[in-house]
Amino acid sequence: MNINTTKIISLLFFIFSAFYLYTAYQIQVFAFDENAPFNARTFPIYLGYAGLFFSGLKLILPDPNTIKVEHKNLEYKKTGILILIAIIYGATILKVGYFLTTSLFLFASYYFLGERRWVLMFLLSFPFVAAFMYLLHGILDIYLRDPFLQSIGVMG
Amino acid sequence: MIEGILIGLTTALTLQNILMVMVGCFFGTIIGMLPGLGPMTAIALMIPITYGFDPATGLILMAGVYYGAVFGGSTSSILLNAPGVPGTVATSFDGYPMAQQGKAGKALAIAAWSSFAGGTLSAIYLLFMAPSLSKVSLSFRSPDYFALMILGLTAIAAFSSKGQFLKAMMMVVLGLMLASVGQDSLSDITRFTFDNMNLTDGISFVLVVMATFAMSEALTIILKRNDPTSAAKQVSLTELGSIKINKEERTKMYKTIPRSSVIGFLIGVLPGAGATIASFLAYGMERNVVSDEEKEKFGKGSVNGLSAPETANNAACSGSFVPMLTLGIPGSGTTAVMLGALLGFGVQPGPRLYMTNPEIFWSIIMSMYIGMVILLILNLPLIPYIARILAVPKNYLIPLILFFSVTGIYVMSFNNFDIFLMIGIAVVATFLRLYDFPMPPLILAFVLGGLMEENLRRSLLLSNGSWEFLWDRTLTACILATTILIVVWHIYKTFKKKN
Repeated sequence: MNINTTKIISLLFFIFSAFYLYTAYQIQVFAFDENAPFNARTFPIYLGYAGLFFSGLKLILPDPNTIKVEHKNLEYKKTGILILIAIIYGATILKVGYFLTTSLFLFASYYFLGERRWVLMFLLSFPFVAAFMYLLHGILDIYLRDPFLQSIGVMG
Repeated sequence: MIEGILIGLTTALTLQNILMVMVGCFFGTIIGMLPGLGPMTAIALMIPITYGFDPATGLILMAGVYYGAVFGGSTSSILLNAPGVPGTVATSFDGYPMAQQGKAGKALAIAAWSSFAGGTLSAIYLLFMAPSLSKVSLSFRSPDYFALMILGLTAIAAFSSKGQFLKAMMMVVLGLMLASVGQDSLSDITRFTFDNMNLTDGISFVLVVMATFAMSEALTIILKRNDPTSAAKQVSLTELGSIKINKEERTKMYKTIPRSSVIGFLIGVLPGAGATIASFLAYGMERNVVSDEEKEKFGKGSVNGLSAPETANNAACSGSFVPMLTLGIPGSGTTAVMLGALLGFGVQPGPRLYMTNPEIFWSIIMSMYIGMVILLILNLPLIPYIARILAVPKNYLIPLILFFSVTGIYVMSFNNFDIFLMIGIAVVATFLRLYDFPMPPLILAFVLGGLMEENLRRSLLLSNGSWEFLWDRTLTACILATTILIVVWHIYKTFKKKN
């Protein structure tokens, strides 16, 4: 059976809107605001109904412009690895510090995307991040937290 | 007005601001040239850097990036037939055939001069129109603003959706839903936070822009790397040819540029329309007004066919600043990003902007002139060198985009949760883009969400909960009628296409 993914997305959006609407009705407002013409839950309630309306229409109406995605041509593996590296990067950046994690993230990303020119990979990671840090922290005075560089006395 | 122009010139002509326009134009050109990366991505990547400057300088930098990206998009259209931005699709119709005839240098020069002329003429129109529009817009009340926001969101959904209006409207609703997360602005009651302290202040605008544009753009490029239908092509720049334009070609451009600049500017002013529609309309109109002999050349390397969309798309860029600066309603997805950045600076665009912050208002307008000149001086001699940037391997480009995105969020919040949230939104956005769900309506809705709720609140409180405020004032009714017209026209067009 050929499943139309756009319809599945619309169904998911419909369910999401229903959940949003339910949550909107649960918003606690002040007692004196309960019957006011407008309170904290009014706008979200309208949004919930709008979401149900548009996704419902998309579900019901025929879809002449069906989008066909050739999944076999898509690079799911590399994209997945890249997302995983980004998650690890996000998880370690605060504890380890900006310089080391960013440089390693860039180096690993180049590698997993198929790059093997080691010198260029190195230049576009460690020295590049150092220069960028100098621009942000040294010149533009934007604070960058880096426990690693602080521990070895490079950063104050 | 003279006083305002002088204030603008004084601000825009400082060494720092001239440098910012130059840097913005240069980076914008480079990012705009890379297929798939448009002005929104370019500006999104610049936002964290702009927070190190004052609002005027930050906005001048972003405006420079905007013009640069639109011009950069033309370069990849002409050399690769792979438009970097949708606004330069029409440029490839005659630019690419010209490049194939060994006249790539000439095509790039015509594009550069037309962009310059279109941008400059439109900046002049903006100079005269913006203050008077600001005065008119002072008469706007909450119901008018609410109606205007509905119009802007409907228009961007209709124009950016390529026949997928319902998908675009779903994205509008999603953008508004994301904007509703966090504390209610009036009562301070938390909504949709699920007891997570990180969501109390709502979702950051920069986070949403980075996730839906920069990061999801990068993931889409990797995902589609082996897709034969994707626009990524190898560059082979063997012969650029001369960049000189002869007298006959100049004469043709003199006629095309004024009319295309007017179309571009007027389309740019309309909320949601933007450079893409402007360039197509200008191309279509030009084809109708030229001689039969010239008409034959369209699609085969016509000077008029190249000059018209290039003039119009740059004119539309300046035009789209009109609703943003005077009404606080962005005219395009790109100006929506800029509006968000302005709000981040604590500046509220709108009719009073040119009274409360004249240095911002006028310096942006003045920096447009300077930006156009710099774009020409910078890009024309550098064409052969800039063109080589098209060969930047994706293996380096993608990690760098991801790095800039994460850095942007990191320097703002120093919070792991925000980075994870950004990655999550980017993954969802990448999946949605695969199925043609447009992102600009989501961003515009996210930016306008708070303002829309505020204006609806005021309107409903003033009318005691009645929805009559929608037709009580003539102006509100007219704006809503325009919205209905756009929807009806769109349904009619879709119906006609099907038959």
